[in-house]
Amino acid sequence: MTGTYDVAVVGAGVVGSAIARELARYPRLRIALVEAQDDVGQGSSKANTAILHTGFDAVPGSLEARLVREGARLLAAYAAESGIPVEPVGALLVAWDEEQLAALPRLAEKAEANDYHATRLLGPAALYEREPHLGPGALGALHVPGESIICPWTTTLAYATQAVRHGVDLHLDARVEDVSQQDGIHVLTTSAGTLRARWLVNAAGLHADTLDARLGHRDFTVTPRRGQLIVFDKFARTLVNHILLPVPTALGKGVLVAPTVYGNVLLGPTAEDLDDKRATGSTADGLDALRAKGRRILPELLDEEVTAVYAGLRAATEHDDYRIRAHPGQAYVTVGGIRSTGLTASLAIAARVTGLLTEAGLDAGPVRELEPVRMPNLGEAFPRPYQRPELIAADPQYGTLVCHCERVSRGEIRDALASTIPPRTLDGLRRRTRARAGRCQGFYCGAAVRQLFEEARP
Amino acid sequence: MTDVRQVDVLVVGAGPAGLATATRLAAAGAGRVEVLDREQRAGGVPRHCAHGGFGTWLHPLTGPQYARLLTAAAVRAGAVVRTGVTALDWAGPLTLTTVGPHGPETITARAIVLATGARERPRAARLVPGTRSAGVYTTGELQQAVHLYEQPIGSRAVVVGAEDVSYAAADTVRAAGARVVAMVTDLPAPRTTPARALDARLRRGIPLLTHTGVTELLGHGRLSGVRVRHRDGRTTVLHCDTVVFTGDFVPDHELARRGGITLDPATRGLAVDSTLRTSRPGVFAVGNVVHAVEPARAVAREGVHAATAVLSELRPF
Repeated sequence: MTGTYDVAVVGAGVVGSAIARELARYPRLRIALVEAQDDVGQGSSKANTAILHTGFDAVPGSLEARLVREGARLLAAYAAESGIPVEPVGALLVAWDEEQLAALPRLAEKAEANDYHATRLLGPAALYEREPHLGPGALGALHVPGESIICPWTTTLAYATQAVRHGVDLHLDARVEDVSQQDGIHVLTTSAGTLRARWLVNAAGLHADTLDARLGHRDFTVTPRRGQLIVFDKFARTLVNHILLPVPTALGKGVLVAPTVYGNVLLGPTAEDLDDKRATGSTADGLDALRAKGRRILPELLDEEVTAVYAGLRAATEHDDYRIRAHPGQAYVTVGGIRSTGLTASLAIAARVTGLLTEAGLDAGPVRELEPVRMPNLGEAFPRPYQRPELIAADPQYGTLVCHCERVSRGEIRDALASTIPPRTLDGLRRRTRARAGRCQGFYCGAAVRQLFEEARP
Repeated sequence: MTDVRQVDVLVVGAGPAGLATATRLAAAGAGRVEVLDREQRAGGVPRHCAHGGFGTWLHPLTGPQYARLLTAAAVRAGAVVRTGVTALDWAGPLTLTTVGPHGPETITARAIVLATGARERPRAARLVPGTRSAGVYTTGELQQAVHLYEQPIGSRAVVVGAEDVSYAAADTVRAAGARVVAMVTDLPAPRTTPARALDARLRRGIPLLTHTGVTELLGHGRLSGVRVRHRDGRTTVLHCDTVVFTGDFVPDHELARRGGITLDPATRGLAVDSTLRTSRPGVFAVGNVVHAVEPARAVAREGVHAATAVLSELRPF
């Protein structure tokens, strides 16, 4: 890693990748995107609830509220342009007791304060008409029609792909071990070598506090908050039409039931404050608790098989808001405390960070429009390759299915393996294609997919 | 424009049950009998069962030999076996949409036989907690990895289960050059022949932990071990880089459910009457999609039975 970058962005999650993409609009800048793990979006960005929020329930007036509102609009447009699957299914905040029912009008007012005006209160009859499989005892709901589901994997990958195609150097498997300053230049010692940059952006997610401390700041502490989620079989998809959100109460946020763009149903997350930033395992207690709650919300859900279980760590801090801070004297910007709303806010965060960098003295030079990217479609609401006769006629590999549960063709796997940011693991291939992500978890196709992966390895 | 094609009998699934049904039907002059399989080769699960135990006592065969024999018999009888073709969904009472390298197709039949088989329940469906590390297999994936692709699988494996398929998995682990650290079952005793259980324990030195369940998978990136709980509540970590979840078969009923076919609530297999008719008129089901799971020879015999029922549907008198 020779030469000096203008900007090094540490962390290739959804936020870091969005920042690198935004900076790629300035052709004079040399940008590095530095990631500890073997893929983009490998931390919290890959294991969340996959919702594109309206920001209706953010703290009015907060930075988060503003960036989520702006980001939602930006990401919806970007998703349409880039082929990121989004389904505007809308959300229902379902009240199961009088306390929750009483909270709904206040949430509607909060939405108004957040400049979101489309919410509507539903009585039980209207609620059960919209969600006939809902468990008994629901008293009413607040309908938030603007909430959508999105593919988090494709979002991060689209940002990073576009960034790399416009000249950003992506350094994977490059864990930042130390940062020092030499003649006003940041020197990053990473597990893949030394890297020099004039400006530094900290988008290290769970590890943002550690990196911040190396620069001499004690602005916040990241406490990983584990969220376990259960993915139910595609047969459950017809049981639910909206994102079923819990009503936040003093006892916490509760769990949601939501469709996914891949045609499954999610149940989760738990919320467990931990001190181990690697504790991405699921637990028997966590899964039992989720299933008990799921049985109440959507009883028939529990009759279906579980396809997958995962756990993600939210980068919770002691603060109620994002911690985005410029340190002009150090040529350094911290992007901390980005919680589960970070996916929605990512493009707005990127714009803000770029603004902070230029205000602090980064001479970005002329700006250009980026060439759009078109990502492979992983969503069920849009035609998949096996459903496109014209594509199969042009290339029979798109009609040759390898992963049967998810109907992933050999052509899609081949394309992913030859893409701008090829996967380094089978899990990376899964996030790019859905191969091995289905109900059999590789019983039928696992070995065949691995074979294609190994054959494509340099 | 999608082709619409008419056949007499459409069989979905070219495993032992589907092939045996098609063979008998074609031999009996049922007209155009077409068998679809989404895999690139016909034969079903026996394709990757490198062990013996197929065929007859006089003519013992390995799984792949048996798969080839059944496929050849179907073709010789006049059935058309098409591989690499996936039956996607229903487009009418007896009409299916398919896709393959030649594109989409719509096929109408006078009778449809579902022979889509069964698969093992994987780790997530068994709700085994822990990390999502690599090195987690079902027997189906393991056998394909080792016998069809000669992939390395790790060096120390724990096999979860103690029935016939579990012992086959243990053999496959050893064939791949890895060691079976232990076999683990929550049952009080193995469910296989005493000879096989004894052979694994004494000659191969594979410990069998009964009354023991897997409670957690450990490791970041690659599996580093499994935590097990014994009957008395004690927990132990078995260090391994591979774990194979065996048995616990579930019928592969996706196509049937898409067609609104009634399931047996107890087995989650397709509900059928004594002539293997499903709840959907003209649609029959045979083999392990009905009752996971029986050996290949048993489901092949059942195919003969299914063919008789289908013939009476085609030629009512």
